[in-house]
Amino acid sequence: MSRPLILGACLSAGFVAMALLSLVWTPHDHTLLDIPGKLQTPGGTHLLGTDHLGRDILSMVMVGTRTSIAVALVALVIGLCLGVPLGLAAAARKGSWLDETIMRGNDIIFAFPLLVMAILITAVFGPSAVNAIIAFGLFNIPVFARVTRGAALPLWEREFILAARVAGKHAQRISVEHILPNVMNLLIVQSTIQFALGIQVEAALSFVGLGVQPPTPSLGRMLADAQTLVTLAPHLAVVPGVAIILIVLGLNLLGDGLRDALDPRLRRRLA
Amino acid sequence: MAMQRYILKRTGSLILSLLVASLVIFTVIEIVPGDPASFMLGINAQPETLAALRAELGLDASKVGRYFAWVGGMLTGDFGTSYTYRTPVTEMVADRIGVSIPLALYALVLSVLIALPAGLYAASRRGQAGDLGVLGATQMGVAIPNFWFAMMLVLVFAIHWRWFPAGGFPGWEQGFWACVQALTLPAIALALPQAAILTRVMRSALLEVLGEDFMRTARAKGLSARQTLWRHGLRNAMIPVLTIVGLQFSFLFAGTIIIEQVFYLPGLGRLIFQSISARDLIVVESVVMLIVFGVILINFLVDLAYAAVDPRLRNRT
Repeated sequence: MSRPLILGACLSAGFVAMALLSLVWTPHDHTLLDIPGKLQTPGGTHLLGTDHLGRDILSMVMVGTRTSIAVALVALVIGLCLGVPLGLAAAARKGSWLDETIMRGNDIIFAFPLLVMAILITAVFGPSAVNAIIAFGLFNIPVFARVTRGAALPLWEREFILAARVAGKHAQRISVEHILPNVMNLLIVQSTIQFALGIQVEAALSFVGLGVQPPTPSLGRMLADAQTLVTLAPHLAVVPGVAIILIVLGLNLLGDGLRDALDPRLRRRLA
Repeated sequence: MAMQRYILKRTGSLILSLLVASLVIFTVIEIVPGDPASFMLGINAQPETLAALRAELGLDASKVGRYFAWVGGMLTGDFGTSYTYRTPVTEMVADRIGVSIPLALYALVLSVLIALPAGLYAASRRGQAGDLGVLGATQMGVAIPNFWFAMMLVLVFAIHWRWFPAGGFPGWEQGFWACVQALTLPAIALALPQAAILTRVMRSALLEVLGEDFMRTARAKGLSARQTLWRHGLRNAMIPVLTIVGLQFSFLFAGTIIIEQVFYLPGLGRLIFQSISARDLIVVESVVMLIVFGVILINFLVDLAYAAVDPRLRNRT
């Protein structure tokens, strides 16, 4: 295994473990206000300091990581569950009206910058974590549809697919039994990329007030709160920011490492 | 001939995309519960005043009629009238676009200025410490959220060293340099992730070209490694790089929405957020359409430029 893959896997696993741990234990109650103890610098009983309301930053980062991971993960699942079948269907009937409709529909969604789509959705339904998930989930659909279709198309020309067709298998069954397992590697790699992107998008949307709403902590919300206090207490901005960077870095390294490990041909070409 | 057919085909799909996008935006905004007229006048409004305002805003027309009025208006440069400010949206947009587009362009220039030398450096030292250093830096560059980077830039360069203003925009009438100074930190923050991506594209495009036969021929003719890279490698590697540069402009344009929030810049992004909180949906609708139009148009132009450079693409569907 390559070093980036190990580093990426460790970072990602560490943050997922931290998020899961926050379900049962945090060093302090993240909702507990302690105004006299506000804006403490890291060290002492509060390992990473306290915020402007005296809440423990480490506990908030733990719960915030959980929120960010949950948002990115659900959006990822939406993209996978809708995008992959669409991509498989488009590839199975290449050039048909179905393929054309799916691909043109994808083009339309792609034309909306992610943030603009999120703004449109939240302008209508109001800002919330669920709407942030819907916006990013919608964005993920064409991404996975494209990746799946692109990878599936050359497979349909291969002999083992021809054999399956000669054996009388229906296109739908071939897609599920033969095409899907062969595009799985690519989907896993793309999933880590979209997951990392999801963490960043959640942070950005919550930062501008369109995502997770208070009092639920999220890494983006913590940065938004820190914006006006950054001169007084830089650690308020540094800690959640570094957390976002490490999660995204971990997932990206994991994705790159997996791509190389799962597809040695790609590794030779890219090296 | 092939090029003309290609342009015609792409123009057709451009118009279709714009039509569908406008339909989607209009429909989504139409779902919004509540009547803008009663929102503006408050709960104590007289029914007659309400009806008059609804007529003035064109809200009494049918949905289909309103869609065509909106699209028709935009085609002639009339984006409607803001519910809250009672000023034409076109005027509001014209004021704000003078901040957003220069900011996106500034960031694009910075990203190219960073990425091209960095990519060239990494490719020419493939596998060595310098290459790995650049690759590591690009991993970090992609992982850092640009709004967080913006906050750190403010902390260091505006508050600690006082080299640049921490936010705000003086307006172009206050002089070119004052504006450039106000846009520098936002542009650096916006450029960072794009520069990281572009560096990687530049590096891999160069590496791909370096393996080509014509590069070996150039070396065999007696050119040095450096000469081959500059005279033949760079030019051929520029095709994928230019495509990405074109596409990046649309990312940067959309990215200004968040960065403007950090630096309190009066651009399109702030206009959208102000309009959302004031429920001034005609502004949201028109500005979103404008941004989507910008993105679709840029992608269209990139496609055409690409086809002009690489004739093989014209025949591809």
